[in-house]
Amino acid sequence: MTVAPTNAELSMDEGPAGARNKVTRKVNFDLKSSGIYIALALLVLGFTVATGGDLLAPQNLSNIIVQYSYILVLAIGMVLIIIAGHIDLSVGSVVAATGAFAAVMMVDWHLSWPIAVIVTLIFGAVIGAWQGYWVAYFGIPAFIVTLAGMLLFRAITYMILGNKGIGPFPDEIRTLANGFTPGFLNNVGLGPLGGADLFSILVGILVVVALVFVQWRARAGRIRYNQAVDPMWLFVLKVAGPAVLVMFLVVQLARFRNLPWVLVLLAALVVGYTFVTNRAVFGRQIYAVGGNLQAATLSGVKVKSVVFWLFVNMGVLSAVAGIIFAGRLNLAGPTAGNSFELDAIAAAFIGGAAVQGGVGKVVGAITGGLIMGVINNGAGLLGWQTEKVMLAKGIVLLAAVAFDVWSKRRTAGAK
Amino acid sequence: MTDTILRMSGITKTFPGVKALQDVDIEVRRGEIHAICGENGAGKSTLMKVLSGVYPHGTYEGEIQFEGEPCHFSGIRDSEHRGIVIIHQELALASNLSIAENIFLGNERSKRGWINWNETNAAADELLRRVGLEEKAVTPVVELGVGKQQLVEIAKALSKDVKLLILDEPTAALNDDDSAHLLNLLRGLRDQGITCVIISHKLNEVMGISDRVTILRDGRTIWTDEIENLTEDKIISGMVGRDLEHRYPEHEPKVGEEVLRIEDWTVHSPTQPDRALVRKANLTLRRGEIVGLAGLMGAGRTELAMSVFGRSYGVNISGRLIKDGKEIQTRTVREAIDHGIAYATEDRKRYGLNLIEDIKRNISAAALTKLAKGGWVDGNEEFKVANEYRASMNIKAPDVGAVVGKLSGGNQQKVVLSKWIFADPDVLILDEPTRGIDVGAKYEIYTIINRLADEGKAILVISSELPELLGICDRIYTLSAGRITGEVSRAEATQESLMTLMTKEEQEVAP
Repeated sequence: MTVAPTNAELSMDEGPAGARNKVTRKVNFDLKSSGIYIALALLVLGFTVATGGDLLAPQNLSNIIVQYSYILVLAIGMVLIIIAGHIDLSVGSVVAATGAFAAVMMVDWHLSWPIAVIVTLIFGAVIGAWQGYWVAYFGIPAFIVTLAGMLLFRAITYMILGNKGIGPFPDEIRTLANGFTPGFLNNVGLGPLGGADLFSILVGILVVVALVFVQWRARAGRIRYNQAVDPMWLFVLKVAGPAVLVMFLVVQLARFRNLPWVLVLLAALVVGYTFVTNRAVFGRQIYAVGGNLQAATLSGVKVKSVVFWLFVNMGVLSAVAGIIFAGRLNLAGPTAGNSFELDAIAAAFIGGAAVQGGVGKVVGAITGGLIMGVINNGAGLLGWQTEKVMLAKGIVLLAAVAFDVWSKRRTAGAK
Repeated sequence: MTDTILRMSGITKTFPGVKALQDVDIEVRRGEIHAICGENGAGKSTLMKVLSGVYPHGTYEGEIQFEGEPCHFSGIRDSEHRGIVIIHQELALASNLSIAENIFLGNERSKRGWINWNETNAAADELLRRVGLEEKAVTPVVELGVGKQQLVEIAKALSKDVKLLILDEPTAALNDDDSAHLLNLLRGLRDQGITCVIISHKLNEVMGISDRVTILRDGRTIWTDEIENLTEDKIISGMVGRDLEHRYPEHEPKVGEEVLRIEDWTVHSPTQPDRALVRKANLTLRRGEIVGLAGLMGAGRTELAMSVFGRSYGVNISGRLIKDGKEIQTRTVREAIDHGIAYATEDRKRYGLNLIEDIKRNISAAALTKLAKGGWVDGNEEFKVANEYRASMNIKAPDVGAVVGKLSGGNQQKVVLSKWIFADPDVLILDEPTRGIDVGAKYEIYTIINRLADEGKAILVISSELPELLGICDRIYTLSAGRITGEVSRAEATQESLMTLMTKEEQEVAP
């Protein structure tokens, strides 16, 4: 390890500024990585205007989140699998199977809900392990394994349920899927906006403070290591933007019925998985496997085990989505989760994941999912026909991937 | 027998930055077997691609005359139409189709688009008899061994009324029996008036079968001569005959104790598990010493290295690895790395780098846990480490966030080396470390290799370029057909002596 140079050499390399000065990153607008956020913003703006502001009304915002939460949960797992260069077509069926299993345990067997939830998650993990085994260790393409899984787990759902639905679920599950945080504190008056739940607003403020703190600490760390950082105005913008969004969302929700529990769950998952993909050794290995399988293998990455655990993870998240979905309908039905896999896959690709693997982000997949959610919801408010909604979603998916391919070709040509 | 069937004159072929062929002249007589010999990279395959139209007319300079007429091939179909057929080293058969289907692929026996299967299979059977292959025409190719597949390729060539048959390393992947059969077949075809050009590294075969030999070196024709006037030694000196230039940094080795001993190492081919690619190889690597591994293509160099590196190549691997006096197991790449062994691949784009990722993530890829606490990577430390390597290895890039796919070959190689140096191995195996790199960057790589040796690492360099091995190594092993055929110190070694050992037959294994 003595190949490493001395500090003197290093600071020479960093230019005349020397070791203690911070290096400011050149600001160049990157359309490729910010494209989907702009697309979401434009979409929200368009539907807000078209619906006369109804899209952003407190109750409707809450609806978007609650109605689309299970797709977003699935999109998190899906984008990881796509980054590794695989696909999972079975998640819709797994949602149905896990939901059915949970229902049988809670409704028919009268198991207490925490035990039923844990067993359901384990059931999801076992399903994921089954598929992960065939993909990773047996070497069958994920497309085939999960296509088979799509049939298998749908069949298992029918075997569990017969041709009927099972319900109703215990209150706790329904609250998780459909309910809101209770108003621990009183309402506060927000002038013309009317009353809002103080507790929700405090949570929002706390989230914003945490956001600012984490970002600030990261920036300080980068400066300490002489890494280039954004100029202060851009940094403020990048922190303030999300902060304003969070506060807007929270205030709107607080004016309606407080924070949906699924939002809390979703937020925890997004934060957790973002950290895993950015900073965990495991997360980095996912990108290595998808980017160049052979190089990852020859760098000592246990490629098979990475892929296996990704499918286990997908199974668990499918079980989470299965519980939420069944709880929301208060019924576990045999056709639950039909074509959820397509929405989850679309969300990941709209969110910038690459078909060849190696590229993708959790936040991107969530944004992609929200784009689809906003189209669904906005179209519903406007009373569009189903075919029009499908048309819009199809065009958005194609446009997003076309844009990705086009911008990649352009940067390759620029070299 | 002075009827010239093929005359290529003044052929020059340039790739970006490299002159692959320079003013090459070659004349082939009708009905002879003409061997072309040369080191790896001498331009043999490029010449054959020019001839067969893979590189179409206009992309090279010079003139091709076939049967007295000038040729302007714009593709491989043109040359096949004239009766020139090339059989590549990697066989190009559709393995799930039958022998007959393969023979007439693209040349189907058909009427108005409908294939006449009876005629197809009957014609195929007739061709199989001609090449001496006792298989049914309907047998799927996948069921045949490499030797028989080679014969199917030749049958396919015959179906096209071949006049000039070009074989690129036809016996490289064959066992002795199959080789003998193939060479006999070529003699038979010669007697039927078919001209053959054969590219081969196996000098005993060249001596045994060919009528004349042409030597290529560094993209130029050196000479052509009748086989009666030649010996293996004469061919060797023609192939290597160039002086060492001052292209290598001075280095005084400080050789220490033994680090890794490879004993009786045997590796079998993953596609033909009965064929040994490395046979009972013994090597010793010592601290501070740069050891070379010389061998022609197909001798088993990469196979040896990769099988040692966590069995990442080959099946039925046997033998012992003794590291620092203790026997170790390297069943996976992770185990090999944990035992302090590193292998930098010969094909960095396919096996070495994640081209869509940036420099720092590639450098950290093999030893990410060194930058992590409890499974979480410290991105700032990673940046710092990558920056240290960018400076010490002189990686030319705007910053360590630059995407590796956009760097030059030399800088990519430095990233690969950084990755393995960061893993802090005791034994570093470098497979073709300067392939596809310009001269200046090569010198830098040599300097880095010397520095690593001075730090006490044991280094094994695999290279096709003999001058390179002679320039940087303290000791050189030669590998021929999977066997270690010699071990020479830098002082004793010459290109000629190495080439002799590298082409040595397995019966006469060196002491």
